[in-house]
Amino acid sequence: MTEDVFVQLVNVSKSFDREEAVLKNLNLEIRKGQFLTLLGPSGCGKTTTLRLIAGFETPNSGDIIIDKENVTQKSPHQRCVNTVFQNYALFPHMNVFDNIAFGLKMKKVAKKEIENRVFEMLKMVQLEGYEGRMPSQLSGGQMQRVAIARAVINNPKVLLLDEPLGALDLKLRKQMQLELKHLQRKLGITFIFVTHDQEEALTMSDSIVVMNNGVVEQIGTPEELYEKPRTKFVADFLGETNILEGEVVKIKDTEVLLNLEQEEDIIRIPNMNYGFGDRFTVSVRPERIKIKAELEEGDVWLQCRIKERIYSGFVIKTIAVTKKGKEIIINEPIEQKSNFGRNDDVFVTWKPQHSIVIKA
Amino acid sequence: MEKKLTFKSMLVTILPAALWMLGLFVLPLILIVIVSFSTRGEVGDIVYRFTLDNYTKLLNPLYINIFIKSVLIALFTTALCLVFGYPFAFIVAKAGKTLKPLLLVLIMLPFWTNSLVRTYAMIILLRTEGIINTVLRYIGLIDQPLELMYNNFAVMVGMLYMMFPFMVLPLYASIDKLDMKLLEAADDLGAKPLNKFLRVTLPLTKGGILSGSLLVFVPTLGLFFITDLMGGSKVVLMSNLIKNQFLTARDWPFGSAISVVLVMVMILMIALYIKQGGKIDKKAVM
Repeated sequence: MTEDVFVQLVNVSKSFDREEAVLKNLNLEIRKGQFLTLLGPSGCGKTTTLRLIAGFETPNSGDIIIDKENVTQKSPHQRCVNTVFQNYALFPHMNVFDNIAFGLKMKKVAKKEIENRVFEMLKMVQLEGYEGRMPSQLSGGQMQRVAIARAVINNPKVLLLDEPLGALDLKLRKQMQLELKHLQRKLGITFIFVTHDQEEALTMSDSIVVMNNGVVEQIGTPEELYEKPRTKFVADFLGETNILEGEVVKIKDTEVLLNLEQEEDIIRIPNMNYGFGDRFTVSVRPERIKIKAELEEGDVWLQCRIKERIYSGFVIKTIAVTKKGKEIIINEPIEQKSNFGRNDDVFVTWKPQHSIVIKA
Repeated sequence: MEKKLTFKSMLVTILPAALWMLGLFVLPLILIVIVSFSTRGEVGDIVYRFTLDNYTKLLNPLYINIFIKSVLIALFTTALCLVFGYPFAFIVAKAGKTLKPLLLVLIMLPFWTNSLVRTYAMIILLRTEGIINTVLRYIGLIDQPLELMYNNFAVMVGMLYMMFPFMVLPLYASIDKLDMKLLEAADDLGAKPLNKFLRVTLPLTKGGILSGSLLVFVPTLGLFFITDLMGGSKVVLMSNLIKNQFLTARDWPFGSAISVVLVMVMILMIALYIKQGGKIDKKAVM
């Protein structure tokens, strides 16, 4: 265990009611002060992971270590972590002040100090003057802030956030994303954030753990995951992409030819000592693809017919279809858009280095 | 869109129930109030001559004691129902999909049987040669049969048994609505189990506790057959007193006066409940 690993999950497995395991041998190391996001589709085990760290669930096997202390068998109130719940879980019978003060009251902090710290928190989350309101009198964004203040006031070693922005509308969500990020920098607390929204994960995180079916698919910075996905799932889940699958049919010195499964089309990928018959998934981001009438030297290409051109603000989205019906999505910046229309026969092309090659 | 009811449609919908209540509840109640200020005739008839005697008679220590005992027994029954009912209602509310309907049916089941029959069933269990005593003697735990019948204990057992569902059902309704996430939140914020219960569970299920208590307390004050059947002649409560005045002593004015006092107590309890309930509603509804 390296010095700065702060939260550690060692071989953690969890299943409910003899059903299939939700988490299978999960290993995770989180550094101090990191903004880490658990990302994945619903049912991937991300929320269960968070609940295990919080102490709401006990793993069937494995250990959970927070700040060098094994907390696997400890109840939530014995752990130095706090949670911001998905639907806030504010106490409906207490006003904003009492909600935020709850944790300190449980620790029997002196009344005067509680008051000072609650007002400090209210100021931090910009809710001064709201201390007397009941949760039912607050808007979604305000409840969100109270929930954050209620957790942060306890000076947790780790703050757990379970899809905290899910119930907010888009604009407020974007604003709260930035606020949360700023808050995390300011406080220096380790944040573990759960979301199924890949865009949110990319925007906020220092590090993202992509989970699927109870296992970690890949851990990395947003950039690493976006640019160098190691599995088809990660490539597909983060951002928009085109997934092509095929096998090696011809080997040249520096590149191999890949026959796409559904196509008679052949694309080239760089040869990294691949063998004949090896199977690959190739992911190409829509913004990397260009539409051309004539090919240029070095292009990777597929022959397509344009099915749809969609205007969406700063990009033109084109859906092109290969002969065998595979849809390819192309995003062109509005100032560089091509002048093709529906049913035009075109080449969709990209540079070889923009093929993200994942060995199957 | 909310459509305002017209006067006519309101009249049509409310009238049948209103007439029913008026004829069979309000008018008899008014009659009772009138009779309670009247005088008993020589042969047990009612002479409509105004008097306060029926009420002053109630100030006799004998009756005051009965009154206090009645209220105490009702309070005690309510408390016992609450103590046994709360954990039970909690288990029902948080039970799984298969167990929950079963438990609910078990609570409702007694309603399908006549309450007198159920009281006799209790007597078969509790009497000197009853099932409990026979079993206990057979396995050698006791030599002499326990005095389980015709005392305060028997009355309490009977009342508890009769009133239990009235406590459990409102409790169940309010605990069922309790968001378990809130308990997790309390735990997360450092609340130990007792604090979690006192500061979150209890205040949020206060509505159920209050309505359950009211539903038990008020009818318990009026139950007479349980004291009659299970308390023998040893336990006399307000309700028995009323019954005796009407049926045995044929002193309807005095019986009416006791009834009026009992109704006043009940109204007081309901008023207290509404006052409390109003406060809760504002806070608890999110």
